[in-house]
Amino acid sequence: MSPSVPNEPVLAVDGLSIGFQNRHGLLPAVRELSFSVKSGEMLAIVGESGCGKSLTALALLGLIPPPGRVTGGTVRLEGRDLLALDEAALRRVRGARIAMIFQEPMTALNPVLTVGEQIMEAILEHETVSRKAARERTLALLERVRIPDPERRFAEYPHRLSGGMRQRVMIAMALAGAPAVLVADEPTTALDVTIQAQILSLIDELRREQGTAVVFITHDLGVVSRYVDRVLVMYAGRKVEERDTRDLFADPLHPYTRGLIAAQPRAGAGAAGAVRERLAEIPGTVPALAAMPAGCAFAPRCPLADARCAQAVPPPRRAGSGLVACHHAGETHAL
Amino acid sequence: MLTYLRRSAAQVVFVLLGIALINFFLLHLAPGDAAQVLAGESGAATPEYMEALRRQFGLDQPLYVQFLRYLGNLVTFDLGYSFRQSLPVSELILQRLPATLLLMGTAIGFALVAGCALGFLAARRAGKLTDTVISIVALLFYATPVFWVGIMLIVVFSVMLDWLPVGGMTSVEANLSGLALVGDVALHLVLPAVTLGLFYLAIYARLMRAAMLEVYGQDFVRTARAKGVRPRRIAWRHVLRNALLPIVTTLGVQLGSILGGAVLVETVFSWPGLGRLAFAALFQRDLNLLLGILFCSSVVVVLVNIAVDLVYTLLDPRIELN
Repeated sequence: MSPSVPNEPVLAVDGLSIGFQNRHGLLPAVRELSFSVKSGEMLAIVGESGCGKSLTALALLGLIPPPGRVTGGTVRLEGRDLLALDEAALRRVRGARIAMIFQEPMTALNPVLTVGEQIMEAILEHETVSRKAARERTLALLERVRIPDPERRFAEYPHRLSGGMRQRVMIAMALAGAPAVLVADEPTTALDVTIQAQILSLIDELRREQGTAVVFITHDLGVVSRYVDRVLVMYAGRKVEERDTRDLFADPLHPYTRGLIAAQPRAGAGAAGAVRERLAEIPGTVPALAAMPAGCAFAPRCPLADARCAQAVPPPRRAGSGLVACHHAGETHAL
Repeated sequence: MLTYLRRSAAQVVFVLLGIALINFFLLHLAPGDAAQVLAGESGAATPEYMEALRRQFGLDQPLYVQFLRYLGNLVTFDLGYSFRQSLPVSELILQRLPATLLLMGTAIGFALVAGCALGFLAARRAGKLTDTVISIVALLFYATPVFWVGIMLIVVFSVMLDWLPVGGMTSVEANLSGLALVGDVALHLVLPAVTLGLFYLAIYARLMRAAMLEVYGQDFVRTARAKGVRPRRIAWRHVLRNALLPIVTTLGVQLGSILGGAVLVETVFSWPGLGRLAFAALFQRDLNLLLGILFCSSVVVVLVNIAVDLVYTLLDPRIELN
């Protein structure tokens, strides 16, 4: 699917666990999460709010805010374990080899610095180039993300730009160091639908041209299904299913995944205005960190749950192009 | 920019008019007038003498006539005559103004620089020992009465150590000029400026720390970290500039009280400033002088507000003047 994919993954996460330290102890938020991405590949991490996906994204850059902390596992970027690096070494990797764009383009840019200054900073903090050269490159980046009239936008402050333009600026900033991995944490959630599509195809185009691996965090399976190669579904801090996109949509194995897909508005459905189909929803809510069930975390909401689900966490099993963690993975068609 | 200045100029006129009105009538609400005070101090006065005094000062005229006359004089910068001091009010104020500006300017300048530096340091070391020490010291300065700090500083640095003069603005005995005079005034300035400054310093340190910590929690700081910006650069370039906004607001409020805010310190250090003049005018019921000082303070407040607005636009591009 992607051009010149080397076999080695550029980013390999293994057994990543993240928790929140409080007075009573450690609350695990992400458990034993493993995945990898190759150059030019786009992986979506999908799940409801609070499933640990944003925390995972921040962990990839070593940016987890206290009292959260990584409690185990490795994050290997181009073979180097980022979690073992000290803050100074990590800083040199951030923005250079791995970059991130965020959900809220409104607040993610510094209001008192011009767009150009903020992008230039991403270059000047990592390379010894003249300001003039950095400026030239910044203008090229702005052009790259299709911001019209880069010269003028360069000197403008963020509040003068629309949400979509700001997200383009964020992308330009993330691309400044030509990173091997781009982490995108719900970059389109705060945008209008038409702008969402533009931003998505821009990210898609850039990874195809530059071979950047993209980890795309989202709660909206439908938005990314056209662009991503693989989907990792998270539930309550664990991976419950990871499949090639086509397989996942054709034959979702985990009951939670099925629920997510059923909850998507389908294109065309009810569009004629005749019959508005009521969207399926998954009953119940994600359990709180402090009240995690002993067995499968999805069991309380799952139509297939039985005694075994309440007792034992289902281990990930191979399933075609990917993995699924469900005791009843084979039976979900009965749903 | 020009539009803004034109519009603020129009506002200034109205504000000053209002202030003149309020000043004038507030003071007239107090019972008694200058003639009564003068008569009272001379021990005895005939009703004829009182009448003559009142006629001489225009105090026998109806209030609105007195007010209109006052306004007319304000327009020509004639602030009237202080019958107590037997000098024109404008002359009295101009005599005292430089001393007060020097004291307040130095005190607030010192407080601003040192306070912001301490707050900055405390925020960068939040939760560590440096932060705790700075916070406690700031709280201590904030809670200690200014006059007490002044007296203690005099006791230690003037009386016990004999490093600095006890009070006044210049040495009386020496007839200095040029650099020697500057040095002499500077020496006299240290204690009152520090005394007054310590209080403001505490405010700025606490404010700066809080503002910095708040900005540290914002999304764009996370963005800066995500692109690998050095912590020091994040603090200076991303956090500090955004944290300065509340500081400027507070600075504006404090500069507004610049002319009257130093009464205690001027008294403790016998500093020949406006604060003491206003204080004396109040007790001697020297209406013209008091009105003049209040009016000058109002002008300063209004001008400072405009200056603060201008500084805002320099610091925050989101704020536009028009």
